[in-house]
Amino acid sequence: MTQESVAVELRGIGKRFPGVIANHDVDLTIRAGTVHALIGENGAGKSTLMKILYGVQKPDDGTISINGREVALRTPTDAIANGVGMVFQHFMLADNLTVLENMVLGAEKLHGIGDRARAEIRRISDAFGFGLQPDVLVEKLGVADRQRLEIAKVLYRGARIIILDEPTAVLVPQEVDALFANLRELRNAGNAVLFISHKLDEVLDIADDITVMRRGTTVGTADPRTTTKRELAELMVGSELPSPETEESTVTDTVQLTLADVTLADEFGRNLLTDVSLSIRRGEILGIAGVEGNGQAELVETIMGMRIPGAGRIHLGTEDVTHWHTRKLREAGIGYIPEDRHRHGLLLDAPLWENRILGHQTQAPNAKGPWINRSGARKDTQRIVTEYDVRAPGIDTPARALSGGNQQKLIVGREMSGDPVLLIASHPTRGVDVGAQAAIWDHIKRARRAGLAVLLISADLDELIGLSDTIQVILRGRLVGTFDPASVTPQDLGAAMTGGEAA
Amino acid sequence: MKSFNPRAIGLALLGPAIAIVASVLVTTLVIAAVGSSPGDFWSTMFDFPKPRSRVDIINQTAMIYTAAVAAAIGFRMGLFNIGLEGQYTLASYAAAAFAGGAYLSGFANVFVSLLIAIAVGAAWSAIAGILKTTRGVSEVISTIMLNSIAITLVGYLLNKYGVHEGNTVHTTRIDLVSGWTPFENRDGEIWTLVIIAILAGVGFWVLLNKTRFGFDLRASGQSETVAKASGVNPHRMIITAMALSGGVAGLIWMPALFGKATNFGLGTTFQAGLGFLGIAVALLGRNRPIGMLFGALLFAYLSVKSNDLTFATDVSPSIVQITQGVAVLAVVVAYEVVRRWRARLEQRVVSQELGTATEATA
Repeated sequence: MTQESVAVELRGIGKRFPGVIANHDVDLTIRAGTVHALIGENGAGKSTLMKILYGVQKPDDGTISINGREVALRTPTDAIANGVGMVFQHFMLADNLTVLENMVLGAEKLHGIGDRARAEIRRISDAFGFGLQPDVLVEKLGVADRQRLEIAKVLYRGARIIILDEPTAVLVPQEVDALFANLRELRNAGNAVLFISHKLDEVLDIADDITVMRRGTTVGTADPRTTTKRELAELMVGSELPSPETEESTVTDTVQLTLADVTLADEFGRNLLTDVSLSIRRGEILGIAGVEGNGQAELVETIMGMRIPGAGRIHLGTEDVTHWHTRKLREAGIGYIPEDRHRHGLLLDAPLWENRILGHQTQAPNAKGPWINRSGARKDTQRIVTEYDVRAPGIDTPARALSGGNQQKLIVGREMSGDPVLLIASHPTRGVDVGAQAAIWDHIKRARRAGLAVLLISADLDELIGLSDTIQVILRGRLVGTFDPASVTPQDLGAAMTGGEAA
Repeated sequence: MKSFNPRAIGLALLGPAIAIVASVLVTTLVIAAVGSSPGDFWSTMFDFPKPRSRVDIINQTAMIYTAAVAAAIGFRMGLFNIGLEGQYTLASYAAAAFAGGAYLSGFANVFVSLLIAIAVGAAWSAIAGILKTTRGVSEVISTIMLNSIAITLVGYLLNKYGVHEGNTVHTTRIDLVSGWTPFENRDGEIWTLVIIAILAGVGFWVLLNKTRFGFDLRASGQSETVAKASGVNPHRMIITAMALSGGVAGLIWMPALFGKATNFGLGTTFQAGLGFLGIAVALLGRNRPIGMLFGALLFAYLSVKSNDLTFATDVSPSIVQITQGVAVLAVVVAYEVVRRWRARLEQRVVSQELGTATEATA
């Protein structure tokens, strides 16, 4: 490896936040003309490192060299000037503007806003196979097209080093393949791509070099040609990588939840859910696969009584609960692991023991008649903290101070308490590290053996296939297909999720 | 129980301390700027109050505190009930009119009058709650408008049904409830119904911290979406919280009615402005029962002591309104600063404790 071919070199990078060492002694070398994968668990320090490289945060120690020259990146503007561009996981696009307008927004000086810009967009698009049409409104674009637009935006601004933060998290398998084709084009044109992920298959597929982070530092590099998934995983977690495994069926004949032709419309009369029918038996896990935004959230909120369907019936056991509100449903024994912990699951500024009460305000051991049972709730919080391995200094700690994984473990523990009959689990292991993920899977599987009916919604197809007894695919508010997880492949699911034919 | 470590208490007191220092500084600057002597002002203000003032301060504290509790019920739910003023004006009129009618006698008359005050205040406030849940009207707008309507309505009713006496009009006189005279008779008495403030404060604390309803209320105030997902019915909660806030507001002036005023007369016996003071004190006391008690005491002290300024200095008593205003403004800013600081501190404590734990297991 010669010095000229090194695009980025980080040496001894350290970053401390009050009381937290986010990064220390990070060494990373990215060669020009390669795709470099940075992998690690959540909380391993990947995000902080990216922010340092993109000038959002200033490192406390260490040096950054770009193309062999040491630089100080104080702001993203500095980073862009040095040819570093970043594509965030959450797109930053204006829906009501065209592709061209989004592209030139904030970079009007580069190629103007007219034909010169249009020509440049075409050039970039053709060079890397992005297929962008400059005058289409962004709101008409799908997720994959938006992502390509984001990458093109970065290139338009002259980036030669492109950081992609978990770019595949929002894509279905076919789209991932297309993205990788684009990335290979970028690489062949001499750009350096830093690819952040924790999906090891993808990393092995695309990367030329791999750097692994754990606990804030780089713990090793690997050659994707010779390394295996297992070795990478062990580097990442320092132990063996768990994966959910289907166990023998515990499905019973007792139906716990039925939805019959449930239809839900928004305030403009557009259907969010159309004729959704499903049933879950005791001891069964029904997985719902789908690209995000196809009605999963609405389905969950309808079952939870947060939205009332316009048509159709919902039965819990033999009871018609179509018009029940959330509290009554929860009292009837529905546990709810929400998709967004902060929006639906936790009072961030309240202590853990108060969060134990949340959602179960009317139930033992949290309440006695109209009164809050403080000691009962505190005792039970202590139990959850121990049983579910919630790492916190104490139950008076505010929920905000916990890491995402520990917050999630608290929620899972809470929702599994009081012997629920039905569990609605939305992305139960999202943003959770591998250790906590395995623990959460175990808890769900154990409850299933005990006869719990589970509705599982997840973007992680491995998780869905590994845990579910049946998988249904949701597309534009309709259930469009039923699959047997024992025989289905991620490709089959991906095709159904996008409405295409099987790949 | 939460541990009472000195640092936590220090942090809790830091906000108010900064606010008081800031308000003293600003007041001093304003007095100096208009050419008066800040020294005279502060020596008059800090002069230990005479017995008569002490009685006044206690009575005023009680009314301001009740108003603060009413405001705090709204605040803790994330509602800004700016309509306390209208609620307690209307409720006070209704209670005074009923009491003046003497349909009942003695204790029963007082008791039922209080119930009427609560009911009228709650109903008036619930209008804003209903408008918010059914029509999406912000309670800030509707309660301000309801203030104007209430005051106009009371003026009309008073004019129509009140007792005209010279240029003034008021409700029929009622018998006072005799209070407690701690000093000489001429120093006045501490009104019996001051007990309302104590009950309101204790009730507020119990409701918030000990009941399911209070938990739902606090959860709604912290995050509406979280509360909804936990099973709180947001519409019902908004209307209930508004009614509760208005019900307590209805009681604000009751101690004075039965302690001294004997009747309700706009611009004469009735003391307006307590609702707004209550909002300020709720902010100052961070909607906490004890914090608001100190806030109410401070505001009552400033208001009562400012009367002495007319005799002892050439400073206008209105200057204390600047002191009060700056105190509220500064406290809001100071609390936010302290809150962020504390959040960082908490995070640091957590990561320190866990950091050592992870090292140990590693």
